[in-house]
Amino acid sequence: MSETLEALQEDIAAGRLQTDELVLNMGPQHPSTHGVLRLELVLDGEAVVKVIPHLGYLHRCFEKHAEAMTYPQVIPYTDRMDYLAAMNNNHGYALAVERLMGIEVPERVEYIRIIMAELQRIASHLVAIGTFGMDIGAFTPFLYCFRDREYILDIFERTCGARLLYNYMWVGGLSHDVHDGFEKDVAEFIRKFRPTIKEVNDLLNYNKIFIERTANVGVLPPDVAISYGCSGPMLRGSGVDFDLRRDDPYSIYDRFDWEVCVGKGDAGTVGDCWDRHMVRVWEMEQSCNIIEQALESFPEGDITEAIPKRIRPPKGEIYTRVENPRGELGYYVISDGSQNPFRVKARGPSFVNLSVIDEISRGHLIADIVAILGSVDIVLGEVDR
Amino acid sequence: MEHKEIFDHLTALFPETGLEFDEDVPCIVVPPAAIRDVSLQVRDDEMLQFDFLMCLSGVDNADGTLGVVYHLHSVPLGHKLTLKVIVPADNPHLQSVERVWRTADWHEREAYDLVGMVFDGHRDLRRILNPYDWEGHPLRKDYEVPEFYNGMKVPY
Amino acid sequence: MGLLDKQFDDGNIVLTSVEGVLNWARLCSLWQMSFGLACCAIEMMAASASHNDIMRFGVLPRPSPRQCDVMIVAGTVTLKMATRVKRLYEQMAEPRYVVSMGSCSNCGGPYWEHGYHVLKGVDRVVPVDVYVPGCPPRPEALLEGWMRLQEKVRDFSLVKKNNGTA
Repeated sequence: MSETLEALQEDIAAGRLQTDELVLNMGPQHPSTHGVLRLELVLDGEAVVKVIPHLGYLHRCFEKHAEAMTYPQVIPYTDRMDYLAAMNNNHGYALAVERLMGIEVPERVEYIRIIMAELQRIASHLVAIGTFGMDIGAFTPFLYCFRDREYILDIFERTCGARLLYNYMWVGGLSHDVHDGFEKDVAEFIRKFRPTIKEVNDLLNYNKIFIERTANVGVLPPDVAISYGCSGPMLRGSGVDFDLRRDDPYSIYDRFDWEVCVGKGDAGTVGDCWDRHMVRVWEMEQSCNIIEQALESFPEGDITEAIPKRIRPPKGEIYTRVENPRGELGYYVISDGSQNPFRVKARGPSFVNLSVIDEISRGHLIADIVAILGSVDIVLGEVDR
Repeated sequence: MEHKEIFDHLTALFPETGLEFDEDVPCIVVPPAAIRDVSLQVRDDEMLQFDFLMCLSGVDNADGTLGVVYHLHSVPLGHKLTLKVIVPADNPHLQSVERVWRTADWHEREAYDLVGMVFDGHRDLRRILNPYDWEGHPLRKDYEVPEFYNGMKVPY
Repeated sequence: MGLLDKQFDDGNIVLTSVEGVLNWARLCSLWQMSFGLACCAIEMMAASASHNDIMRFGVLPRPSPRQCDVMIVAGTVTLKMATRVKRLYEQMAEPRYVVSMGSCSNCGGPYWEHGYHVLKGVDRVVPVDVYVPGCPPRPEALLEGWMRLQEKVRDFSLVKKNNGTA
């Protein structure tokens, strides 16, 4: 122990004095952990040495429920996994069971599914963008984003009666046909929505303060991203040109003309928080393109004709993956020939994306952890299932 | 490459290991003690390059065995592979692939937590979803829900 | 309210009870703990965003439980989380209120039967004042629940025993 202040300062300068590491708990109740995540931060001063995430505060036993329910009864539980992108979750599960049973769904169903999935992607990205801004200290974009999200929810509500959790895409079809004037509503929304992207760009994304907070923070190199199994905007933000809608096409995505958005490092390094954020913004525009093309060739038809009377897939197993707003959502379904699934494993993209947080947070300050966590865009319902 | 070709390729490299090919799924069944070596091979082989572990699932097969299923994807080559490991339920030990694909870290912790297989060589094999003092593995088919946890009644 | 309807000119006298004034002041600024658990938290956020604007009820989201009057339990309470919810409740200053939002925190919701890790109702660990049904409840339902809570606060008495239950 140093006797005087001068001696203490000398000791620090010479590196003879070691400081203790401090452990700080962030969560499970914390406004910027996006739910009930607990991060155990090991700190050296204000710099982060290690992040130890503790999950499971929202573990709702999805996989146990799936084993106890019949195939169609599982669909509402998939809604509640990633509650910001319920349509996409339904879609993945319905596809898995359809492939297991060998069902071909009608054209019209495919089109409605695509439009709904892309609208949901926009809604989900709007929440991600709004809350990310709010985490960093920009409150107004949150209000803008939620305003436009409400328009999408209104369309969903008119079609299937629910705002957040829909139970809409069934095995072989849909729960309801779309409402009268659906195409007009969607076209009207797209027309109103495109200027919002510019508004958000002006307000938030190219704002100097925002760039200072996010550029060069939490850089995720592409090889690390692949090794950690990251997907979605996380992976594309790191400059990997990979999107399941194009590279492992499902449904009818291969009919449309759109681009895969990739982080380019415009504000700093490729794979930083800003890139991940901007991939989401650009993706909203691409989703608009897909919806517009789908509306142009929107077919007529009966949506219920392929819904099977009895859903009892033959013995077998399948792994199906779809592009959720957060990344690759996989369902591993094993059927033993009965009316209940033998095993359903859901591979949540947030779960996998979150596992990289320790790697990309080291050496940053506590305030940057908030930015990194916001840019990963986790939904705890899916992390913990 | 298709599964059958990959299987022939791997049996040529690991003639002694006892790899089996399952036509129905299709997948390659790997003995529990060899999964780490096989994983390293499929990741680093020039012809395979499976650098992306999509999913790792633990399954209780309800016949006294547990299974671990690895779904792999190759980003540069764009093909897929399914590996399977079967272990007896009373001695559920197999090698960890946590150092092969970093994403396996949490997947293996989840499989340990919910199904209860032990991954030898995993650096941090703790429960991940259930509380650390939870008893039993909920996704086993013979699991019984506890009456109380920490003084809180669990059933409805 | 009846208080502000009349104009206060020439030093008019308003006759009311102390309780009336105190309760009126309290029910118009119930501060909420910004604490979301699951799906319902998104609807709670929607309630505070532009379309529904819960702030017109004097609701101010505060991140710290020590500054809050109301805890909205929005979402599924798991066994791992239950002890934390209880602790958060205990950290709030009295008088404190709990709104249980959504079926999960009311009674376990869709997870009541097979949810081995789900607490079947938050009222098993903290006392609940208002239950808002729905899975998830619409923002309007939350506003309705909020007005019910305000009625409850209005009936709060400093002397009577049956506080807020009238």
